[in-house]
Amino acid sequence: MSDTFFTGAPHWTWWIILYFFIGGIAGGAFFLAAMLHFFGRPADRPLVRLGYYVAFIGAVLSGFLLTIDLDRPLRFWHMLIESNTGQPMFKAWVPMSVGSWGLLLFSLFAFLAALAALSEDRPDVKVLQSAPVRALRGRGPAAAVAVLGTTFGFFLAGYTGVLLAVTNRPIWADSTLLGLLFMVSAASTGAATLILLAVWRRAGHPASVDWLGWFDRRVLVLELLVLIAFLVTLGSVAGAFLNWWGLVLLLGVVGIGILVPLLLERGRQAHAPRHLVRSASLVLLGGFLLRMVVLLSSNEIHVLGSGVTGR
Amino acid sequence: MAEPMGFYTDTTVCIGCKACEVACKEWNQLPATDGGRHEMSGDSYDNTQRLDGIHWRHVKFVEQFSEDRNDGRWLMMSDVCKHCVQAPCLEVCPTGAIIRTEFDTVVIQSDACNGCRMCIAACPFGVIDINPASDTAQKCTLCYDRLQVGMEPACSQACPTDSIRFGTIRELKQQAESRLRQLHQLGESRARLYGADEKFLGGLNSFYLLVDEPEVYGLPRTPRVPTRNLLPSSLFSVAGAVVLAFLGVVGLRKHRMDERAIEREDADV
Repeated sequence: MSDTFFTGAPHWTWWIILYFFIGGIAGGAFFLAAMLHFFGRPADRPLVRLGYYVAFIGAVLSGFLLTIDLDRPLRFWHMLIESNTGQPMFKAWVPMSVGSWGLLLFSLFAFLAALAALSEDRPDVKVLQSAPVRALRGRGPAAAVAVLGTTFGFFLAGYTGVLLAVTNRPIWADSTLLGLLFMVSAASTGAATLILLAVWRRAGHPASVDWLGWFDRRVLVLELLVLIAFLVTLGSVAGAFLNWWGLVLLLGVVGIGILVPLLLERGRQAHAPRHLVRSASLVLLGGFLLRMVVLLSSNEIHVLGSGVTGR
Repeated sequence: MAEPMGFYTDTTVCIGCKACEVACKEWNQLPATDGGRHEMSGDSYDNTQRLDGIHWRHVKFVEQFSEDRNDGRWLMMSDVCKHCVQAPCLEVCPTGAIIRTEFDTVVIQSDACNGCRMCIAACPFGVIDINPASDTAQKCTLCYDRLQVGMEPACSQACPTDSIRFGTIRELKQQAESRLRQLHQLGESRARLYGADEKFLGGLNSFYLLVDEPEVYGLPRTPRVPTRNLLPSSLFSVAGAVVLAFLGVVGLRKHRMDERAIEREDADV
């Protein structure tokens, strides 16, 4: 039996599942919007702006979800400031500490990017056309925000899995691939979100939307491979999935979230918007179920307590 | 810094009276479970069942009986925070609420804890949990307040059989090794010390004398620090980011080139 089975569950449940999901989308959407910012066409600007809005809204929601999950939410600032000294609180070897600063910095760059996007979208609003805001739209500042935001976006997408690995809990600490798995999943859910928004708002050049679909299909294949590798690295602990959670993982995450979208988009005709919407919706559902299965399946495992297990 | 202090628990003389649990609850003013509407476990005489935010001491009843119940034995073990030398909870606490005291013990400062529960997931022994009265993570403090005024922790003082012994780690190790030799001479070959050396977590400042495998007592065989996964997990994630960025750039370039090829074909026609 893995030593991780003798630990207690932290009961990170729905708020954290939602945070992992939304934070992943935010990080993935920023990265893809930044890609289109650098390599896209002028017709892609509406899609770039949508990506930045998604990232900013996702960052704000992430901070909110993290705060309300604390047992003492009003002490959220203890993550950033040492409460008894007033000094900055930062532990480079603790993912939750680095993650708090990472989310803060990602939120800053997502805010700047979204502000510049809003300035572009709303030329009629005077305050958005002020010199500092317009400066953000300049080539240099916009590129810097895109690069730094992408860096922290990637961080936000992957550190959540690393955080789980840096515990002693079953499943989470029994593999070192959760960070990679969450990051790849964040890219696929981020792409799916942008596809849905692009189709809904008719934003972006059709070729760029097609690229998002192309990218998502390849990331889904990568996600499947990483998921298999994750289960292999779990070794005997993978037996913990021989229950309802395993079924959700197999049918929900692999079936509905990966294989069905890949099948739907197989063939040239399948790239029509309605197919893209269907498959993107399923990818989002799969991404949510992945985080739900990973968190809740581990939370249910414990062999603590009275020694009757030693009978 | 004072000499490291801790507990040595000789499980062979524990009688399961739970005086330590009661003394701990009383001294630390820990509330009753569910406002006193506590239910029986139903499968053991042990109704505390586990350590958590309001049970900082727990006497485990390990009931080892044959199928026909003709043969069997009880193993009693008063469990508590191990005050690890390399404490995983202290290592991962993101707020700095968990500190190491001058007695080399590990204490959670309730006024600094924000209830993120990172320490709960990091503790290899399942010791820590949220105390619903304070909404912060809590566990045994090794009676830090009593130690500061030269008193013995409440649990070891209350223990009627001296199963729980308090003292300097150096003295406790000598006592434990002496008792281990005695048990081996008496033919109890299964007797062993758990956490008395530095094989894991740099040693435990609350260590045990057991007469069976650690797992039988609900203890991990080789507990480890959670940060063992930090570097490989981070490197895999960084590699993933590089692959995704590469895939994105290659994809956009491919799409652009395909588009230009089509435009050229159209121009040729």
